[in-house]
Amino acid sequence: MNGMRTRSIKNVGMMLLMGIATLLVLTPLILVFYQIVKMGAGSINLAFFTQIPNPPGETGGGMANGIAGSAILILMASIFGVPTGIFGALYLSEYEGNRLASVIRFSADVLSGVPSIITGLVAYTLIVVPMHGFSALAGAFALGLIMIPIVLRTTEEQLKMVPVTLREASLALGVPFWRTTLLVTLRSGMKGIVTGILLSIARVAGETAPLLFTSLGNQFWSKKLTEPMAALPLQIFSFAIAPYDDWHRLAWGGALVLVVIMFVVSLAARWFGREKSTG
Amino acid sequence: MSHDEEVRDARFAGRFDGDRIFKGITLGFALTVILILLLMAAGMAVEALPAMKRFGWKFVSGSDWDAVQGSFGALPYIWGSIVSSALAIIAATPLSVGTAIFITELAPRKLGGAIASLVELLAAIPSVIYGLWGVVVMAPWLQKTVEPFLIEHFGFLPLFRGPPYGVGMLAAIFIIMIMIIPIITSITKEVLLAVPQSQKEAAVALGATKWEMIRMAVLPYGRSGILGAVILGLGRAIGETMAVTMVIGNTPQISLSLLDPAYTMPSVIANEFAEATSKLHSSALMEIGLILLALTLIINITARVLIWSVTSKQSAGGRR
Repeated sequence: MNGMRTRSIKNVGMMLLMGIATLLVLTPLILVFYQIVKMGAGSINLAFFTQIPNPPGETGGGMANGIAGSAILILMASIFGVPTGIFGALYLSEYEGNRLASVIRFSADVLSGVPSIITGLVAYTLIVVPMHGFSALAGAFALGLIMIPIVLRTTEEQLKMVPVTLREASLALGVPFWRTTLLVTLRSGMKGIVTGILLSIARVAGETAPLLFTSLGNQFWSKKLTEPMAALPLQIFSFAIAPYDDWHRLAWGGALVLVVIMFVVSLAARWFGREKSTG
Repeated sequence: MSHDEEVRDARFAGRFDGDRIFKGITLGFALTVILILLLMAAGMAVEALPAMKRFGWKFVSGSDWDAVQGSFGALPYIWGSIVSSALAIIAATPLSVGTAIFITELAPRKLGGAIASLVELLAAIPSVIYGLWGVVVMAPWLQKTVEPFLIEHFGFLPLFRGPPYGVGMLAAIFIIMIMIIPIITSITKEVLLAVPQSQKEAAVALGATKWEMIRMAVLPYGRSGILGAVILGLGRAIGETMAVTMVIGNTPQISLSLLDPAYTMPSVIANEFAEATSKLHSSALMEIGLILLALTLIINITARVLIWSVTSKQSAGGRR
């Protein structure tokens, strides 16, 4: 057949190119991962989790204040971001079909694409300026803003998967619509919603840019939420760009801890999601 | 108001109006999303106003950035952002699409699935960690191995002039590439999976080789979706802050050479905002933020519209 040979050579050539592209894509990604584990594992010891960073020049020290600070910031961000996302999603899924809902849905998608450093600028204008100082509260607000669109969209997806018949059964028993929504619809979708929340936590746990001029970072333990507070990603950043080897060592340790935390949270999220599909 | 809601409202008319209150509350929460977007734009515009009034259009055309003299021109940052994201996206697109095709069409199902979840897992690694890797591992490698090679063999091109610093535009392009490839790959994968099986079978039935099937049936069908994925990646690239800040060298200059240090819009905000002492300085940084916001909004809205158009086609065409 005319040209069959060139066609099949071209076919094999293109297949090879796809394979090479895949290898090129995977190599640096695997390299990054390998180096985090290798360099990080050497830096982790008990002191890493119990001490605060030492001044430059002194060896040892840890990132205890950063780990605790990240936990506090994420907790506060969740208190503000999770309910907002879930209640917003209830509106989108239960009163869908109107124009306003699609505008809100579109805004949420657009919002999740806004660079996180801009979220930091907004938190600065709205919280830091009126309160006359950098604070943990401002950092948590910025992280909460990032969580809202993620929780909103994943929750909405879950609520839409709850069968209409469940809702109708409840309504037929004379349960008001709002109680049906809270006690039947929301409850049935709960596992998927937890997945969404966990994913949003995994996402904000590594956010650095929005904390730079809100939570600011702190070399020591913070005593109040109105003070600057340390966070693990902030510490990784400032230690990575510092010229001290011992600080680089801490940065790698921090990177490993952060990645492990995020993977555990993502795995937990997947596990919750799987429970849902089998049950 | 839809028919369902009218029925609902009529059913509970005259009783405790929990439904109406509930709707109001949920609507309030849902509206915060729009409120946040509006607050973002308005708040930043107000803060940027002093710089806008002072410099006008010279802000985007000037390249003098001096906090002490109070003279601010953002061109080097705009240039740095556009060049780094554009080159990164040009290099990342064929690699991502190739990987997505490999995952969906060529690899055995299990291998494809494993690669896909690996790529997704690595997409979750935070920017600051890529930055750490970039500054400790990648930049020295560029400085000692890649850049001397480029200078020796391609030094006659203006693109590769100057000493090998390690950190600089080239490092930023590399790190942005590594970070956006997983995103473009996973969205492209979804788009390719949405191509109806019947289209592919038709191509194969006409005697097409595997590549011809991909080129004639798969890629044209997913074209706008892939374009959406690429534009979404562009949005990420242009807003990428931490990793770029750590490897680009942070020097506000416009240079043709990829080896020279440069600066981007998010990076200058990250580096200078917390320490900006004068009102004009922070206002100028806010204006940079506003330009960045406008760019990402345009990029994201375009990408969403493109991806939505494919998703609606998909529901009509069926899934494999």
